Amino acid sequence: MRLEAREQTPAWLPWIAIISSSLATLIFAAVLIIVAGASPIEGFYELFRGAFGSKNSIAETGATATPLIFTGLAAAVAFRARFWNIGAEGQLYIGALATTFFGTGLIQFAPFIMIPFLFLMGFIFGALALLPLVLLRQYLKVDEVVTTLLMNFVIILLVSYLLEGPWKDPYSLGWPQAAPIVDSGVLPQIIPRTRLHLGFAIAVSIAIVIWYVQTKTLFGFSTRAVGFNPSAAKHSGISVTKTMIGVAILSGGIAGLAGVSETAGLKGYLTLDLSPGFGYTGIAVAMLGNLHPIGVIFSAMFIAVIYVGADAMSRAIEVPTYLADVIVASTILTVLVSLVLIKYRIIFKGKF
Amino acid sequence: MKALLNVENISKSFGKLNANKNITFNVATGEILAILGENGAGKTTLMNIIFGHYLADKGTIKFNNNELKPGDPKAAISAGIGMVHQHFTLAENLTVLENTLVGTQSLYHPNLTKRKSIDKLNYLAREFGLELDPKQLVRNLSVGEKQRIEILKTLFSDCKLLILDEPTASLTPQEVTTLFTSIRKMVTNGVSVIIISHKLNEILEISDRIVVLRSGAVVGEVKTKNADKTQLGEMIVGHKINRPNRGKNVIGETKIKLCSISVKSDNGTSILDKVTLEARGGEIIGIAGVAGNGQKVLAETMSGHVTPAFGTIYINGKNLTGKYPEDFMRSGVAYIPEDRNLDGTIGDMSIWENVILSETKNTKIFQKNGILNRINSHNLAHAVCQNNDVRYQSIQQPARLLSGGNIQKLLIGRWLIRKPNVIIACQPSRGLDEGAISTVHKTLLSERKKSTAIILISEDLDELLLLSDKILVLYNGKLSETIENRNVNINQLGLKMAGEGF
Repeated sequence: MRLEAREQTPAWLPWIAIISSSLATLIFAAVLIIVAGASPIEGFYELFRGAFGSKNSIAETGATATPLIFTGLAAAVAFRARFWNIGAEGQLYIGALATTFFGTGLIQFAPFIMIPFLFLMGFIFGALALLPLVLLRQYLKVDEVVTTLLMNFVIILLVSYLLEGPWKDPYSLGWPQAAPIVDSGVLPQIIPRTRLHLGFAIAVSIAIVIWYVQTKTLFGFSTRAVGFNPSAAKHSGISVTKTMIGVAILSGGIAGLAGVSETAGLKGYLTLDLSPGFGYTGIAVAMLGNLHPIGVIFSAMFIAVIYVGADAMSRAIEVPTYLADVIVASTILTVLVSLVLIKYRIIFKGKF
Repeated sequence: MKALLNVENISKSFGKLNANKNITFNVATGEILAILGENGAGKTTLMNIIFGHYLADKGTIKFNNNELKPGDPKAAISAGIGMVHQHFTLAENLTVLENTLVGTQSLYHPNLTKRKSIDKLNYLAREFGLELDPKQLVRNLSVGEKQRIEILKTLFSDCKLLILDEPTASLTPQEVTTLFTSIRKMVTNGVSVIIISHKLNEILEISDRIVVLRSGAVVGEVKTKNADKTQLGEMIVGHKINRPNRGKNVIGETKIKLCSISVKSDNGTSILDKVTLEARGGEIIGIAGVAGNGQKVLAETMSGHVTPAFGTIYINGKNLTGKYPEDFMRSGVAYIPEDRNLDGTIGDMSIWENVILSETKNTKIFQKNGILNRINSHNLAHAVCQNNDVRYQSIQQPARLLSGGNIQKLLIGRWLIRKPNVIIACQPSRGLDEGAISTVHKTLLSERKKSTAIILISEDLDELLLLSDKILVLYNGKLSETIENRNVNINQLGLKMAGEGF
């Protein structure tokens, strides 16, 4: 058995691959639900009801998807250029720190200025958090996987210090949390009395902007060229370093936006549990979306559905919530396999 | 004579490509058989099947009348087949002796045999004229010496059939002579040799019998003493070969000038040493030399990718020392890199995207604000492909589906859009079929007519003699004095390539 590269991929193949990998995941999940002692049909029904069954559950799914769209885009933009930014988690917290710094009373504008201002600050500081690491990579060949990953821990410890110390809200009854964002900086709700806020709309718009940049502009073109073959890009007069710096600014900045959106949209103040690993899940979102910005919207929605739905399912039919993680993980595996099969065909002949 | 190797009806395909079609031939004991054919004719695939690297789709291989286990290099080695690949497979940080022992002895063998091994190695080296110091580190050896290790390695494991894949590709003429002497000694000792090559002259000199491959099939077999050169040449290509004529040229102004350029590597050793070079419009300056003598760095220096430690570079009279590749491009430098797949094109991008790769400053392609104009890009891509005879199905297909020749034509065509003043061409015809080579040569000559200065860096002496107005030899980072093409003496050139007079 061996793999052979396909010369041309038929247009219908990716769709078949997506459908069959979803089917494979569903079958796998069904087996696990049976092992957990419940009926898979009832389980899936509860899962989809939990994610789409009411206005509230739809809003909840959207709210969960919001940070994942941001971090998924951050990863997708960087990975396109083969820049392995594993640090979206840290850049998210930097964005949240910027929001807290500027948004808790230091400056006050009317909401229509204050909200864009907070997003801009989140972007700038998120980008600044990644900038030195890309310079280290380009000029001193320091591996960015190591630096971006380790920087996550440094940043989270910094957040922890600030929340336990100088930035601790005196009215928080001893909890390590920062002062609340001023009213003019809080993101309005899209559906009233739910947790779905403006951040979702911004995330989707950013994805569309990124899609435009990647397909229609010089920067997007250079990014792809540098990602596929930096040496050929360099020999054609494209500056690899400049492109990489641009990529890092975009990637770090978008991850920073996730922090703004979560702090000013969902919670209203910064805590240490602001992100339950959105930065890392964003990598999975990006992979699942095939590094395509519009794909990222769908894959973030999909993962949100699984998380929100599996939560509801576990309460309704008493299976462990961990099933959500297993389903997400197995989806990623099946999708990655299907991506390989889109590019290659299997030949069942000859020796193994 | 008794047949040592029988190859019967071997077929092998990769996807749609039939690399080998029903190939049948045999090799007798003590015979030198040449497999002749141009690049892509299926020579290397065939040898890899014999050696067990590839599994044939069909056919059998018999060695000493026993069928060889297919797809198993170990079976081939233990039967007595040795292969020296075009690209050596040596560990640079080990000694000659250690490299010989790797793979020829069990990994867990106690060290006791070292003494004996040195004796055997020295004996073989003397016997076959392959002198080497067993304790020398491989990284300090020349290409020719490295090849000797590869050959010694096969002799060490008592090989009866030696397969040499393009053995003369990067040797100086003198090294070739030494190699041939060794091969003759092996044959008198009862070893058979298969030599794969596309160089007619050498094949005619060394072989007993010639098998010609074209597009994966055997198209002819002749005894060397009855062979006719032009007839063989046509057999290889399938049609008459037309070599372009250089014609007269009008010498223009100096377009590129290097003054005493020195480049050092990271650990301080000298890669280029006080290189001075000048090319005027309408001139082709050929740089001869064995690979690894600084060719790539020289080309990268002239195109701005490497900044020299000392010296100055002028393009069109403008000092561009220390400037970026973009500045060199803006001044009209076009650089056709040696490795067209790694440095030249992006296989995963489409043909049209590869065409606009070097057009990022072109406002017709990327308009103000950097917005891509798709229609103009597609039109440009069609034009480049048509003007340069690039054969393609659709400009949307990924470049990696193009053959080497078409990729090279695309790459050169892309640079010609910019109407270059200076073309730096590194091994521009390496690995191409005759048709593509002749297109590339014609393109370079027509650029010469347009008063472009061309620096042609090549290992192929025939190519250099055909195209260049003047030739210089690069050895160990130093350039020889300029020799006018009409005054070139091949022997002298060979001695220079081996380092004499530097």
